[in-house]
Amino acid sequence: MSESAVTLEDVRRVAELANLELTPDEEPRMQRDLNAVLGYIAELNELDTTGVPAMAQVGEVLGLQAQEHGESLRIDQIRPSLDRSLVMAAAPETDGRFFKVPKVIER
Amino acid sequence: MGLDLLTLDMDAVRAELVGGKTTATALAEQHYARIAAEDGPEGPQNPAAKGINSFLALSRERALAQAERVDAAVAKGDPLGPLAGVPIGIKDVLTMTGSPATAGSAILKGYMPPYDATSVAKLEAAGAVLLGKLNCDEFAMGSSNENSAYGPVKNPRALDRVPGGSSGGSAAAVAAGFAVATLGTDTGGSIRQPAAFCGVVGVLPTYGRISRFGLIAFASSLDRVGPFTRTVKDAATMLEVLAGPDGRDATASDRPVDGYVAALEKPVAGLKVGVPAEYFGEGLDEEIRAAIERVLDGLRAAGCVVKPVSLPHTKYAVPTYYVIATAEASSNLSRFDGVRFGLRAQEANTLSAMYRKTRDEGFGAEVKRRILLGTYALSAGYYDAYYRKAQQVRTLLTRDFLAAFEEVDVIVSPVTPTPAFKLGEKTDDPVKMYLEDIYSVAASLAGICGASIPCGETTKGLPIGVQVMGKHFDEATMLRVGAAIEALKL
Repeated sequence: MSESAVTLEDVRRVAELANLELTPDEEPRMQRDLNAVLGYIAELNELDTTGVPAMAQVGEVLGLQAQEHGESLRIDQIRPSLDRSLVMAAAPETDGRFFKVPKVIER
Repeated sequence: MGLDLLTLDMDAVRAELVGGKTTATALAEQHYARIAAEDGPEGPQNPAAKGINSFLALSRERALAQAERVDAAVAKGDPLGPLAGVPIGIKDVLTMTGSPATAGSAILKGYMPPYDATSVAKLEAAGAVLLGKLNCDEFAMGSSNENSAYGPVKNPRALDRVPGGSSGGSAAAVAAGFAVATLGTDTGGSIRQPAAFCGVVGVLPTYGRISRFGLIAFASSLDRVGPFTRTVKDAATMLEVLAGPDGRDATASDRPVDGYVAALEKPVAGLKVGVPAEYFGEGLDEEIRAAIERVLDGLRAAGCVVKPVSLPHTKYAVPTYYVIATAEASSNLSRFDGVRFGLRAQEANTLSAMYRKTRDEGFGAEVKRRILLGTYALSAGYYDAYYRKAQQVRTLLTRDFLAAFEEVDVIVSPVTPTPAFKLGEKTDDPVKMYLEDIYSVAASLAGICGASIPCGETTKGLPIGVQVMGKHFDEATMLRVGAAIEALKL
């Protein structure tokens, strides 16, 4: 785990990756908070985890996935899907068939 | 009237309905009247108002239509569902058609979902009267309900204090007499902690026990749906209705659902109760410590064998949780981009500017903080050091529980280190707020079940909860012990 503290530059880089636009007064606050939380998270370094498997899902540890062999998956059959007009009604901008967005490519 | 809405439980609702002393419609109206009188802000027209702010939306039309169906069934002598006529509220991270689903966020203001969450549909199919949607921390991120874009919720037991979070509205509504039961969700403690703060029963079922279809996702390897009630029996009744597989959620287990209500009849004598020393260390409020001791004395007197167990990695649970939960959140919340639903920022003339401005305007500070933290933990060069490391420690934490459950049937601990704290007390310090979850996150990471059971109050009158943790898919034994604790009347 990195000992170097999170810089303002890091905050801006991560914000860009996350598609967040922080205001100038949000940036230093987020920098302070990230450093505080990451400093606390650094306690995990005290543990030697060599050879310990990573756990992404609860089922892995219980061996559930191995038991189930997919029997719990639903039958593959055609069923009615959501009414398009209901879904489109929730969109900020639509022509009824497609979602409309600002232009993607310049010129 | 004659009914005390503060103490009304499902057995009483049933008896009143079947005995013809009230109707589901009248019961719904009484709850709506109480909500109207007390939940909103104080004012000249509303002298009894407490500003609890637990409900974000009321679903009157849907509730009264359902109440009418229940009343017709009663009149005809038709069989009634297990929740017939029971007024229930729904945390606003679950979808329910006809009512907005905001997740406590400005980015989803006014969003009308096109389908019901499976848990919501199951409650209604069992006869429940769904009153409306309940306030919560934005996207269920918080331990005090102060992160809601729609204002904080106040603790009905002490109006200057937080109800806990993130399901603060769900806990407060049950404590305030606004609903007989509610649905909440728990990712790191969001059912158990508010249940403890508000003095009600809250149950975190095993990961995969209840379908999450229709739950607005926060951290998918952790998120769970569960009930808030006034009695352990009511929680068992709700769990029986809610549990089971769902073709729309591949993580919902198809393991058979136990008879949770029937299990409460079995005596607890002979059950082994583990007490982990790691949950009784520095920082634990002395009155809470004493209350848990009284619970353990009571369980001993009931014939349980109380013995120490060790969960040696406990101190690493909070940092592990805040890596995994934020990493998953940063991915899940990428869907809020102003394209398909919710808010879209107006002054943006390119797609990428629209994304960024929408998310900046729509998300609150805590959500941004967690997205940034999660994105950082997943970013190139840090993935192994943070995310993979945390996943490995998650294995160790889970193994701790599996080893302890070789020795005991349930584990008993505090739910929270302190009773409900004051509004505003911890909002400036994220690490301090995150430490609120110190006794709840390990069970979340391990996927086991846990319940918060009221066990008395402090000298200031603040509720205290005790946590009963059970083996994976052994809610039956956990609830049995919960009922034994409830019977102590501490």
